[in-house]
Amino acid sequence: MSVVKKKRITYRTWINLYFIIMSITFILPFLLIVSASLTNEDILAKEGFKIIPPFIDWTGYKYVFSNVSEILRAYAVTTFQAFFGTFLSVLVMTLCAYPLSRKDFKFRKPITFFVFFTMLFNGGLIPTYLLNYKYLHLGNTIWIYILPTLCSAFYIIIFRTFFQGLPISLVESAKLDGASEIRIFFQIILPLSKPVLATVALLTLLTKWNDWYTSLIYITDSNLYTLQFLLKRILQEVEFLRYMANNTPPGIDLSYLEDMPVETLKFAMCIIAAGPMLLVFPFFQKYFAKGLTVGSVKG
Amino acid sequence: MKKMKKTSKNSTKKNLELLVLTLPAIIAYFIFNYIPMFGAIIAFKDYKAPKGILGSAWNGLENFKFFFTSQDAWRITRNTVGYALIFIVVNLVAGVFVALLLYEVRSRRALKFYQTSMMLPRFLSWVIVGYITYTLLSPTMGIFNQIIEMFGGQPVDWYSKVSAWPWILILTNTWKVIGLNSIMYYAALMGIDKAYFEAAEIDGANRFQQIIHISLPSIKPLMIVLTLLAFGNIFRGDFGLFYVIPRDVGVLYPATDIIDTYVYRGLRTGNLGITAAVGLFQSLVGFVMIVTMNGIVRKVEPDSALF
Repeated sequence: MSVVKKKRITYRTWINLYFIIMSITFILPFLLIVSASLTNEDILAKEGFKIIPPFIDWTGYKYVFSNVSEILRAYAVTTFQAFFGTFLSVLVMTLCAYPLSRKDFKFRKPITFFVFFTMLFNGGLIPTYLLNYKYLHLGNTIWIYILPTLCSAFYIIIFRTFFQGLPISLVESAKLDGASEIRIFFQIILPLSKPVLATVALLTLLTKWNDWYTSLIYITDSNLYTLQFLLKRILQEVEFLRYMANNTPPGIDLSYLEDMPVETLKFAMCIIAAGPMLLVFPFFQKYFAKGLTVGSVKG
Repeated sequence: MKKMKKTSKNSTKKNLELLVLTLPAIIAYFIFNYIPMFGAIIAFKDYKAPKGILGSAWNGLENFKFFFTSQDAWRITRNTVGYALIFIVVNLVAGVFVALLLYEVRSRRALKFYQTSMMLPRFLSWVIVGYITYTLLSPTMGIFNQIIEMFGGQPVDWYSKVSAWPWILILTNTWKVIGLNSIMYYAALMGIDKAYFEAAEIDGANRFQQIIHISLPSIKPLMIVLTLLAFGNIFRGDFGLFYVIPRDVGVLYPATDIIDTYVYRGLRTGNLGITAAVGLFQSLVGFVMIVTMNGIVRKVEPDSALF
């Protein structure tokens, strides 16, 4: 008996060892960019990226904060589009999903098909681009981040599935009391749907916060760059960094101008942009498991 | 009679009220999804910007002909489908493997730590993952080259070494998606009734035999569905992965260019007619794949079919 037990412990130990190594491969690369943002530029150029910086150097962050307007603007755009966009999306999607969950709704089938078909076929990037940019003039406006991605058929189906699971008797008794459909929706259905609302809202928020593609395609006005797109440009364009250096406010040592900490600066910005999502990460985690179960329930 | 009339009037009112609720979504879908579907006729036109989509002259299948006879056609189709197939296999094998191992972890705290660390990449944008791969691959400062030099090798300029890119892309993709993937399979494993394992243990089955005879058959439906759904998207690549990670370096196109990046470049260079044809080709094949795969899912696992 004791032999069996001992054998089991070693076998579990191997598995734990495996996962510890695996976890390191997930965490180390991230620590690498944190370290890069805190390494002195000269040392970085001479010795390359290190997991642990030889000494902590805040120059990169000082540069970022010495010309903070660019980043603040990108933060503002990202925050607005992510939060307001998520709010509108969830509102419109739930409004659409509720009637689709009602078996007694006459247009349920055609509208479900109308929504669902968008998952199967799309016009492609070029017609979409021409419509949004040329005909609707959404290019270089904040609305491009919000309107075209208002609805996701997948999330509508998830909402509908969840609403279908709510007891229909609630709706019927409210109707006997003379409540309108919209009142039933806001006062009965939504308050009962917090788990699914939180899950979809968080996923939408995550997608929107990490969005750089929309800026890439539709935005040329640097005032409307999202944080991730600004980062993407910085990763590839040194000119932008030179621009920042040339706009350094007085009071900052100008001798830095020649040898600007290009690399360190890049990584400092990267950490600043990733920060908010990493802060809400544990919060997301909690809802993720729930969301997955909701998502796998068949509609 | 009077009562019936009232109900039907009520039901019309109810239906109208409900219809109104769906209107914002219907309008949004009509404008942003259905109009572009009709706009896809640009693929059959000799598009001239000043004339617009409707004003430009028709040119039949010229755009398609031009694309399919170009040397890009084979390259981007091969890359798109090839990577998709590799990702399907790797995601399935790695996802199930990690989930099976996770199932053996008994400490809840350890489990949470492993799962959280694996989910970390899911919360980072492709841009930030691009920064991470840059710290590894940078020719002068990257970790990989430091390691190579440590063992006395010559540093490699990864951003011009085509042959390395299939591996880099596969590893990066696995790194980003394995957390979510394995947690889905893990959730399915958790759903198995523990009594099966206990019974098997009494019958003398070891862990490996239990996996073969209980765990794998139990999560088979999920494996089938996820795989078939991935097959439905075989003509679609992750733009972020293929555009940001290789940093849009032209030399690497033989290994990194897929339909999605090709279409994006077409948009930039203004080759709209041909590019729209490629996009329509992608959508049509994608449509056929999804419908076919759904048909298969419906045969194999009726409960899991999308429609």
